[in-house]
Amino acid sequence: MRKPNTRLQVMWNRLLAVVEEQGQALIRAAFSPIVRECGDISAGIFDLQGRMLAQAVTGTPGHINTMAEAVKTLRDRFEVKDMKPGDIFLTNDPWIASGHLNDFLLMMPVFHNGAVVGFTSCTSHLVDLGGLGMGPEGADVYDEGLLIPPCKLMDQGALNALLMEIIKANSREPIANEGDIYALIACCETGAARLAGMMDEFGLNDLDALADYIIEISYQGTLDALTELPKGTWNSVLKVDGYEKEIDLHAALTLADDHVLLDFSGTSGLSRKGINVPLNYATAYAVFALRCIIGPDIPNNAGSLAPFQVTAPTDCILNAQAPAPVAMRHTLGQMTPDLVYGCLSQAVPDRVPAEGASCMYDLPLRHVAETALNGGETFALELVFSGGTGARPGLDGLSATAFPSGVWGSQIETTEAVAPVLFTRRELKQDSGGPGSHRGGLGQHIELRSAIDEDFIVFLSVERVLNPANGRHGGMAGAAGRIRIGHDGADLPGKGKVRVNAGKTLVFETPGGGGFGPPQDRSAAAVRRDLEDGLISSQAARDIYGVDT
Amino acid sequence: MLTSNGLRLAVDIGGTFTDTVMVDGQGTILATAKTPTTPPNPTLGALAGTERVLADTGANWSKIQGFIHGTTLATNALIERRGAVVATITTAGFRDILEIAYERRFSQYDINLVKPDLLVPSARAFTIAGRMTASGHQIEALDEAAVTALANDLEASGAKAVAICLMHAYANPAHELRLRALLQRALPDLVISLSHEVSPEAREFDRLSTTIANAYIQPLMARYLADFQARFSENGLTCPILMMTAGGGMTTIETAARLPIRLVESGPAGGAILAARIAAETAEADVLSFDMGGTTAKLCLIDQFRPQTTRKFEIARAERFIKGSGMPVRIPVIEMIEIGAGGGSIAHVDRLGRLLIGPESAGAEPGPAAFAKGGTSPTVTDADVIQGLIDPDLFAEGQLKIDTTAAEHALVQHVGEPMDLSAAEAAHGISEIVDENMAGAGRMHAVESGKDLATRLMIAFGGNGPLHATRVARRAQVERILIPRDPSVGSAVGFLFAPVSFEIIRSRYSTLDALNLADINAFFDDMLTEATGVVRAGVPRGPLTERRVGFMRYQGQGHEVEIPLPDHELEAKDIPALTRAFEKEYSRQFSRAVPGMTIEILNWAVEVSSEPLALRPIPEPSTEQSATPMRRRNILCDVTGKWRKADIYSRASLRAGDHLAGPALIVEPQTTTFVSADFSARVDGGGNIWLNRETEHSDA
Repeated sequence: MRKPNTRLQVMWNRLLAVVEEQGQALIRAAFSPIVRECGDISAGIFDLQGRMLAQAVTGTPGHINTMAEAVKTLRDRFEVKDMKPGDIFLTNDPWIASGHLNDFLLMMPVFHNGAVVGFTSCTSHLVDLGGLGMGPEGADVYDEGLLIPPCKLMDQGALNALLMEIIKANSREPIANEGDIYALIACCETGAARLAGMMDEFGLNDLDALADYIIEISYQGTLDALTELPKGTWNSVLKVDGYEKEIDLHAALTLADDHVLLDFSGTSGLSRKGINVPLNYATAYAVFALRCIIGPDIPNNAGSLAPFQVTAPTDCILNAQAPAPVAMRHTLGQMTPDLVYGCLSQAVPDRVPAEGASCMYDLPLRHVAETALNGGETFALELVFSGGTGARPGLDGLSATAFPSGVWGSQIETTEAVAPVLFTRRELKQDSGGPGSHRGGLGQHIELRSAIDEDFIVFLSVERVLNPANGRHGGMAGAAGRIRIGHDGADLPGKGKVRVNAGKTLVFETPGGGGFGPPQDRSAAAVRRDLEDGLISSQAARDIYGVDT
Repeated sequence: MLTSNGLRLAVDIGGTFTDTVMVDGQGTILATAKTPTTPPNPTLGALAGTERVLADTGANWSKIQGFIHGTTLATNALIERRGAVVATITTAGFRDILEIAYERRFSQYDINLVKPDLLVPSARAFTIAGRMTASGHQIEALDEAAVTALANDLEASGAKAVAICLMHAYANPAHELRLRALLQRALPDLVISLSHEVSPEAREFDRLSTTIANAYIQPLMARYLADFQARFSENGLTCPILMMTAGGGMTTIETAARLPIRLVESGPAGGAILAARIAAETAEADVLSFDMGGTTAKLCLIDQFRPQTTRKFEIARAERFIKGSGMPVRIPVIEMIEIGAGGGSIAHVDRLGRLLIGPESAGAEPGPAAFAKGGTSPTVTDADVIQGLIDPDLFAEGQLKIDTTAAEHALVQHVGEPMDLSAAEAAHGISEIVDENMAGAGRMHAVESGKDLATRLMIAFGGNGPLHATRVARRAQVERILIPRDPSVGSAVGFLFAPVSFEIIRSRYSTLDALNLADINAFFDDMLTEATGVVRAGVPRGPLTERRVGFMRYQGQGHEVEIPLPDHELEAKDIPALTRAFEKEYSRQFSRAVPGMTIEILNWAVEVSSEPLALRPIPEPSTEQSATPMRRRNILCDVTGKWRKADIYSRASLRAGDHLAGPALIVEPQTTTFVSADFSARVDGGGNIWLNRETEHSDA
């Protein structure tokens, strides 16, 4: 009997399962809260040419594309013929790996029958790389910590001990870093062993036929999805808060028969602070947003990613060049989906959501220096809270839900168990969802203070304080984000370091998502349900939706 | 409880069938029955099954000295949304715990995602002031003056049940207890579930969700259990009825009525208990149980005769069984991987030309096309029929007609034509994909648990488990399979081996190096007293065993590692051993420990259980002989993809010591064991079939 291509499909499923396994193992072994809560890792399998065949679907889109390109770069940097079993290569160069120093990327050649047949790769966010640490205050990348150019971490199974010592010596968290690096090594090794094992099981000598099958079917599937869309070029501008001044993000999106081109020309120049974005990272989020609309059912690989091209002039903040500071590149990176959707919604108005809160409200909290000196209780906490997502063409937005990132929010009880903070409120903020025929998701109202009557510090790098999420097609904007100390305190800017004194309450509100379609088109039943559920006030029901209560 | 004389009976009410098994005092199966489940009142189907096994054995009601019951009613009520109108009361300032949840989308690329409906709209979410801290210290008194208004609001909302989940109630339940007392006075008919009783773990969202699920099914289950007990008593049942729980133990009707959430998924738990029992009888320390039915397949890892357990699972996951798409519930459960792969799972071709199987299922109605009950979609069973693996003359003792033409038509139309395959090729392809799905899920689960699959014995049961076992095992690199007796009623058989037990998991945060021993020992005493009380209600006399566990992790990590604690009060000298135990288990899971990193513990558990039934050694067969086939038929060989003859054997006529070579089919009333060409089969002295993969075929 002729073997149907179900055999290739089985192997494809196997590769997807292997990268998921690797990804899950990395998340469980990681020490960084941003990995635990956000799944900020990636794992992938590549063929001999460096073409990505499978990539784990993880909590953050920040590694889509970046990993695919990084492995090509590393593969070209080192001669395949010189590679030996047990070799592993490493870099955290933001412009090669994933946009800032904390992301370590490893690549391992996979040997089968004595020859290199492909590569496994993985990325994880390490807790601390020295320098000023995770914050926007660095003047350049040198301020931000240790940069390791592409090099060999493992030589035929033997660890580069000097490199490990250097990494540990340059970190405030040497034990955690070492643990994370070993987890990355184990991830590469199991991936390689599983790939070789699969080739044994299926009697493969190389991955060529499988790679061609995966890439061709994914490429063709993506082009098919593209044929349903109108062709042309659409422009959009998104104004965002920035750090020292507001920033205009520009995009021109071209949909063609066989490719999608996104160009960021016209975008503002660099910030002096570490909110600049290397293009690989801006591309990751932008392509993620496009793939949510164009062929979301097709797994990420060289074929499904091939039609997407992203370009930008080198003097803009979405294509920051070394040595610009980039530690907080996710702040603006997470805004690029709204920029891209500004273009795409003109092409396909009925398939693209309104703007959302988008940038996660990541709140690192620390004790103040005096507490440590006085022998008080020290702590470091990284809390992540989300606002509302934009209303969808047929559905309301999601309240207090991360998009585009896939972060997990924190639980109050576990947070209070491990750190000296006390939350007095965490609820949805009434009327924060942008009104529309479909309503934007609501933001949150959160209040917290020190549980031990000590001062503490908050490091802010959040967006949509000055520029709320806009609605589409007649939908209205969601509420802006807002941060203050005490209910009657002055509004604080979204970036910078804030000291909260003992007894004072930090009050912050995450932004709401924009609405979709005119609010007066919303059904009275939906308005009344929102009112019953306390999502809108009776004033909003009457004045905005025209529904008497 | 586990008496050695008198009859014992187990009834497992599933969605489609009710399975009844009767054993004698030594645990020998005397009779089994599969009767249709009777949805308007499932008790009637259970009575019918009981009467049938009594008639088959000529016994009467008074001889029944043990009765164990498991039901999907609790699960189905949650899935089908048939529970009570529930309201919630949370701490003031935290009204939206349920809406906010983990702020997460369960599917990364799905723009139009809809979050699971967690049963309580914001309009029925109420709050009350009063605050405890994480250490259980009160910093604001309960606002008792507000209770009158709260009771009015509850009544106006139409709620019949309320889930109360106050901040840090696991650390100090005083406010929850006081609020219940006050509300009971104002609203005597209101059913109240308290979070610290249902699920005393930190994490307000999970605890609230679990408490809601409990409150939601509590009125329904209390009515059902009372009626069940009354009807069986009327018929002459004199022994107490014990209920099977998701954790794999039995509990009293009274506990079940108070904490019905513990009853969900008890059927599958019974299957894992059976597999663990067989593992013990055959001294197999590393086992994978594989339970494949009509809609789903469930896999469970069993180490040292104990099924792997977990503290969290989800009810009613959305399509494709996506993690995070269901209602999270935090209770002690036997950990199963459940995937949408059963005999009724439907095959289709997606727009990329990929062949996908399930999770949509043709279920029992209309069922696979081959059942000729109106089904037109190609299913896994249809693929098995076309491959010749189901003998139409012998299927279900000839009571259910198999329409091979309908199966072929469905396969050709929905799979063959879009993929340019013949019916046989399509059938082969469906098998490949669905068997890989199951093997892949098993592999993934093993990796997530830091364990290996390949060295395990697979114990396969359920209506389709024995039919797919060799095909799934080969893909999981498992070499040995055991098919127990009466595999199609495996869960009910498992009930008969469960101990009476109760497990409590409670949160109290500490780092291991700063543990307050007096405090933690008092904490354990509390839990032990509570758990022992529950168990003693079901087993008044006899020895009990205790098991204490701490869930440890490195500070900064989220993944917890379960570490057994000594079964005595903790002393300072125990701590270094616990550190070593954690590092050892951590290295096993992650290949390397991280010396110098602080270890922390948030959750602790105790389990109290009765002694299990004594093991019966399986006698060695006195003779070895070739089994005698009853007939032969053409099958499509799963190893070579070519048609060839296979022998067919009747399981009823197989004797201890019989052996046979694949390809072969071993037929019994409710299922067929498929012995692939690369496997051989042998029957042991206990009636189990052992399938061994023959190494000379390993390159096939």
